[in-house]
Amino acid sequence: MAAPERVFTKRPQIMIKREWINAWLLLMPALLLLFGFTHLPAVQTVLDSFWSTPRGQRPAVFLGLDNYERMLSDAVFIKAMINNAIYAAITIPASIALALSMALFVSRKILGQGLLRMAYFTPTVLPLIAVANIWLFFYLPGFGLFDQIRGLFGLSPVNWVGQPSTALYAITAVTVWNQAGFFMIFFLAALQTIPQSLREAAALEGASSWVFFWRVTWPLIMPTTLFVSVNATINAFRMVDHVFVMTQGGPNNASILLLYYIYDQGFRFWDTSYAATLTVVMVVILAVVGIGQFFLLDRRVHYR
Amino acid sequence: MTTTAIKQTQVSSGSSVREISFDRILFVTGAWALALVWLLPLLYAVWTAIHPSAYETRFDLFAPLTLENFVEAWNAAPFARYFVNTILLVTMILSAQLVLCTLAGFAFARLEFPGKNLLFSLVLLQLMVMPDILIVRNYAAMSSLGLVDTILAIGLPYFASGFAIFLLRQTFKTIPKELDEAARIEGCTLLGLLWRVYVPLAKPTMLAFGLVSVSHHWNNFIWPLIITSSTETRPLTVGLSIFATTDSGIEWSIINAATLITSGPLLIGFLLFQRQFVQSFMRAGIK
Amino acid sequence: MKQILKSSSLCGAMLALSMSTALAVDLELYFPVAVGGDAANIIQEMTEQYMAENADVEINAIYTGSYADTTTRAITAARGGNPPHLAILSAVDVFMLQDEGLVEAWDSYLTKDELETWVGGFYDAFRANTYKVGKTWGIPFQRSTPVMYYNKDAFKAAGLDPEAPPSNWEELIEAGKKLTVRDDSDNVTQWGVRIPSSGFPYWPFQALAIANGAELMNEEGTETYFDQPAVIEALEFFVDLSKKHEIMAPGIVDWGATPRAFLDGETAMAITTTGNLTNIRTNATFDLGVAMLPKNKQYGVATGGGDFFLFKGHDEESTRAAIDFVKWATAPEQAATWSIATGYVAPRPDIWETEKMKEYVREAPGALVARNQLEHAVAEFSTYENARVRQILNDAIAAAIVGEKSAEQALKDAQSEADAVLKLYRQ
Repeated sequence: MAAPERVFTKRPQIMIKREWINAWLLLMPALLLLFGFTHLPAVQTVLDSFWSTPRGQRPAVFLGLDNYERMLSDAVFIKAMINNAIYAAITIPASIALALSMALFVSRKILGQGLLRMAYFTPTVLPLIAVANIWLFFYLPGFGLFDQIRGLFGLSPVNWVGQPSTALYAITAVTVWNQAGFFMIFFLAALQTIPQSLREAAALEGASSWVFFWRVTWPLIMPTTLFVSVNATINAFRMVDHVFVMTQGGPNNASILLLYYIYDQGFRFWDTSYAATLTVVMVVILAVVGIGQFFLLDRRVHYR
Repeated sequence: MTTTAIKQTQVSSGSSVREISFDRILFVTGAWALALVWLLPLLYAVWTAIHPSAYETRFDLFAPLTLENFVEAWNAAPFARYFVNTILLVTMILSAQLVLCTLAGFAFARLEFPGKNLLFSLVLLQLMVMPDILIVRNYAAMSSLGLVDTILAIGLPYFASGFAIFLLRQTFKTIPKELDEAARIEGCTLLGLLWRVYVPLAKPTMLAFGLVSVSHHWNNFIWPLIITSSTETRPLTVGLSIFATTDSGIEWSIINAATLITSGPLLIGFLLFQRQFVQSFMRAGIK
Repeated sequence: MKQILKSSSLCGAMLALSMSTALAVDLELYFPVAVGGDAANIIQEMTEQYMAENADVEINAIYTGSYADTTTRAITAARGGNPPHLAILSAVDVFMLQDEGLVEAWDSYLTKDELETWVGGFYDAFRANTYKVGKTWGIPFQRSTPVMYYNKDAFKAAGLDPEAPPSNWEELIEAGKKLTVRDDSDNVTQWGVRIPSSGFPYWPFQALAIANGAELMNEEGTETYFDQPAVIEALEFFVDLSKKHEIMAPGIVDWGATPRAFLDGETAMAITTTGNLTNIRTNATFDLGVAMLPKNKQYGVATGGGDFFLFKGHDEESTRAAIDFVKWATAPEQAATWSIATGYVAPRPDIWETEKMKEYVREAPGALVARNQLEHAVAEFSTYENARVRQILNDAIAAAIVGEKSAEQALKDAQSEADAVLKLYRQ
């Protein structure tokens, strides 16, 4: 960080001015779009949340905090928040753990390495919206795949997506399945950079692979783990495609997630101002989580 | 790679041969068991696609084979058009991202200017607060720009990617100062410097980012669902969802045939290039 | 120079003029496809045939996805000052389309004779959703109703008469008990009946409520009657099918998997849309029966599907041309082709009189059941803020089925929620 600054500060005053202009010109196209489609709409969303939705001949009126009051007493919103918290609490650690296991499995020579890598990676290339239909079949009570397998052991059928106690977890499992293989790629790349000499040295000292993993591998891939966890966090709020096909948020909102609820309010009920209010909550959560995680991540990055 | 692995087993097998090989068996079995679970949906898709619909829920080794489902799926929806739309979409997004974010990433990495830290933290904010969740407001913006139901509208919010800017800035910072001093002495302009020195060295990062970007936008669903409404603009995901969710019930054999048709290219692409794929991530330092 | 410019622009103007007489009107039609198969292609073929017969009309038929997509697209286009001339939209959206001021009534463009013979010629049940305050807002086109499919082989195996499917609720339960088959470990291998409850449970539920003599809403779309005793009873019956009588699978029963479940023998009877007739008829490996939904106090089902809507903002000439196309498309010959290819119920008695349709009925007698049931059919559930109110009802039904609330509690809660939403529209 320090070196480049010194090079430029040595230059005459007029050069610095030109450097400013150059920098701003380089930044302008990207930042215009960035502000136009992220920051500006985020601010507008906040403003929209203070107004009512215009309908037919009734124009929007200023409501102040009414939409927020309505939100706090909206049982479906509360349900969506709780569900989303559970969804995040499971998908983030489970995806990371599975992705890392996969990477460990295929990072070194193993029987059918290429095929295994492909197997883990397939979910990334199959559109979630289409595979959701396949998972729906797996989960069907009685004649679905899982119940056919359970039937072989004489177990009674379970209506995985059709009962409130399992619907959310059925959705969650599909998410983990969908993203773990993608995260594996990042871990795989990280594992390849661990020097072979370390491994040999550890082997000579008789360290078990378990000890090697916790003492050497885990600390070395920490930046990757943080990076993956940021992605997993975003996905915990973003990945709702399969809900459209599998449960539509049901039964009785047992599997509703925040973004799906925003879609419902905004594009099925056309209540854009209430949808904006819900979006504000989402933006605040993500911004707070994001700022927290970046402090961690950025520290790691600077070490290198 | 192979030799070191062998060497390592030899070294460690000194202590107890039996234990290690048992561990190894467990390791390999675990890997394959997980792979099987992960492959199940794909295997099921293949099963239903090549058998008549009566075998959607029955798994009979001697079930008759057919290619009828592929023909029917292909004829039932304009998948060729959806393909073109998706390819146009991901190419457009990726090219725009690479150009815009290279310029911005370079400015953040190598130039000094007032407001740098503030602007950079605003860029980082977009890593979390993505256009994906601002759908309501962005839809309104697109309709006031008259862009609803265009491929441009699907891509526009993603052109300036906070992730790409962050990644390229990191990569550019690792490039030795001496290289760019030398180029400056030769009279290179700023853009020339970027093009001749920085871009070539950032290629692995760009490749890795490109893969992430393509696979993300190939599969993106909600925003395209909202912003498109005609065959001429719909990407594959939206086309597939309309095709699959009719009021009259799910026909897995045809839907899965359609899924295989549409994800075939990416799947084969990964099978062929998986090694290079992982290596590009490794060299890009996304880890 | 000026002279040349002038004459060339004159030429251009004349060319444009001659072209515009050749193609007097350009029409835009948005249409959704809610059934599998070739529905989109058939509509394209229909418009091409019409254009071949009417050289002065150009119809641009745009396939706009699902019903929801089509409504969204039509609203957006109309707000942007570029409405289509026609759109096939879900008939239940009529209040919203009126409220937004996007569509106009057909009546003022039609002669008295046309109103009586053409508009009046549709089955009342199909007109009910879009005939409001004495005006016609939509022309029925792709309409359906639920029917009961049953497996005659399973009936025989259970010692039931395959030609006498249950005709009332008591018989349904009785037959259902005989048809429910369990294996040695007491797991069910064949359920008695399947009434789907995922996605849009309000539709099959409305059929039960009507059969129980109840109505769910008023004609103006400003009131719902969820908490009335007859409605509560209907929901209790729905819940009891699995909870008390154990003849239906517990929990939410998936809509999309229903045809497959029935074809696979997972259930002996299934209630789902007539739109599945072609699929089920061609793929059934057993003797198929189709029957009206069983009655309780009366027979009854709700209709479903889409109407042609006429959009505001066009000159009279093109509006009249659009109407002319709709008249052609709903004429017996065209409508028969459409109905046979898609499984939608032909919406006019005269369509059933065509040779094509008679032959189809001989081949698929099940189609007739839907027609006969129409005299007992009523308008599909529809109110202002339809999607939201419908979701309230859907949630209530789901809550009762999965046992989170009693039927009574669920519907009472739903009624007060619906009241809160509809309050605004009652002034």
